[in-house]
Amino acid sequence: MAATAARAEGPRGSRTGGRLAALRPNRWALLALPALALVLIAFAYPVFDILRRSFTEPVAGFDNYRQFFETPAYVTILRRTFMTAAIVTVVCLLLGYPYAYLMTIVRPRWKIVLLAVVLVPFWTSLMVRTYAWIVLLQDTGVVNDVLDAMGVGRLSLIRNTTGVTIGMTQILLPFMVLPLYSTMQGIDRRLLHAAEGLGAPPRTAFLRVYVPLSLPGVTAGVTLVFILALGFYVTPALLGSPQNALLSQLVVQQVSQLLNFGSGGAMAAILLAATLLLFALVSRVVRPSRAFSSLGSDT
Amino acid sequence: MTEARGPKKLLVAVCMMIGVWLLAPMLVVVPMSFTDRRSLSFPPEGWSLQWYRNFFSEPQWYEALLTSLEIAVLVTVVATFLGTAAAFALVRGHFPAKAAVNALLLAPLVVPVVIVAIAVFAAYLRWQLSGTVRGFVLAHTALAIPFVIITVTASLRTFDRRLELAAQNLGANPLTTFRRVTLPLILPGVLSGALFAFITSFDEVVVALFIQSPDVRTLPVQMFTSVTREVDPTIAAASTMILVLTTALLTMFALARRQEEHVH
Repeated sequence: MAATAARAEGPRGSRTGGRLAALRPNRWALLALPALALVLIAFAYPVFDILRRSFTEPVAGFDNYRQFFETPAYVTILRRTFMTAAIVTVVCLLLGYPYAYLMTIVRPRWKIVLLAVVLVPFWTSLMVRTYAWIVLLQDTGVVNDVLDAMGVGRLSLIRNTTGVTIGMTQILLPFMVLPLYSTMQGIDRRLLHAAEGLGAPPRTAFLRVYVPLSLPGVTAGVTLVFILALGFYVTPALLGSPQNALLSQLVVQQVSQLLNFGSGGAMAAILLAATLLLFALVSRVVRPSRAFSSLGSDT
Repeated sequence: MTEARGPKKLLVAVCMMIGVWLLAPMLVVVPMSFTDRRSLSFPPEGWSLQWYRNFFSEPQWYEALLTSLEIAVLVTVVATFLGTAAAFALVRGHFPAKAAVNALLLAPLVVPVVIVAIAVFAAYLRWQLSGTVRGFVLAHTALAIPFVIITVTASLRTFDRRLELAAQNLGANPLTTFRRVTLPLILPGVLSGALFAFITSFDEVVVALFIQSPDVRTLPVQMFTSVTREVDPTIAAASTMILVLTTALLTMFALARRQEEHVH
């Protein structure tokens, strides 16, 4: 098959020939069709249609968008969504960076243990983990028992943003650790020794040599966590409260309770625009599929 | 070891705390499922198996489990086939707008699932697919395909195609070559894709909340409703069983993979 294609291009397969060949589908291309058809029917068309309806229902135009940005409560929710996602991302980075770093310097046996500790929650059902956080964070829960015993007193940790942040951070931390780890694993530690040999104190060597080399992993992890946090629904819905709802909860409310597809679609479009914009910015720096493939390969 | 001992000890201590925090939720759920009273208090004061009995005697729980398993198995089969085929097309094929096709096939991974949920909900209202197993399988497969494509693509990229040529030179027809040479070598990628597909569907809540019906309702949906409505430790029993199921699947997978490595 490939051979015939090459012959058709002529023996001196020049650059233009190669480009033409790329435009002419070969038989392998057909294999993409079933998946493509399914994704078009069950994903692309419905998403396209709900976005279209945001411009046509109830009347044609940008009314849904204008209404969104003119309603102070909605803008507050939008701002809260970004703030929560940013806080969760920063906390994940602060916890994930040292954790991933430790994974690269311990003995292989401990590395497996540390990896398992990250992968077990990663594979554990979202509902199971969210339920567990309800048990832990409730007013009479274990966390409050400990805080009480330590003399801090009981805090309100659930049905507010604190609970949402704690739950989301735990659920998203693996998405930070895994890309960080796969980048750090590839860093040649002799560079650190070289820097120290040239007279840099360990801390300077770390900050000036190691940290810059780990930046692709940081970018991948930060993007993954931020994007996932922006669209999170289950955990905010169960650990938070309607008073401090996030954008995803607002979208659900518009559609499932009010059957308002136009304004729900507009909110979805705003969420999607933010997500895709971030994704486009970052995919210029790192290849996103790399960040995801690291999740599967280490199990 | 050139690490300064002090900072490393601190690092280890911090990471141990992170580890506890990562595992705490799972550790709480298991004892909760054996409590003897209808409360969220932890640790439980007395022990019983009543919530497991409850799970298997109340149709809303065990039927939800069966529905979930049925949908997840179907999704695994469909997504693995379609995703693997698409991965071949993306690695070996050339066709116009290949980058766009690639992006479209991976898009369900990037678009927030809540958007997919309302979109599918709106479309299914018109197509009358809400509350059908077919509808669930269709929507979950779209969410699972990207994982299969990513894992299989990764295996295919490192695959040495000269092995296929060698097999064909030795007289194997294309089908035999695929079955005896190509498939065994990319099998780890296919299997991890299948595992991702199963768990994607089995865990999925948001789309499921929108397209469920009283007849077709998955386990995560039942858990979600149970959490929002009442204090019912049956959910802890369900959670524990999910934990056991997932762990068993992952262990089997890891063992199969290790054996695979021994063979080659």
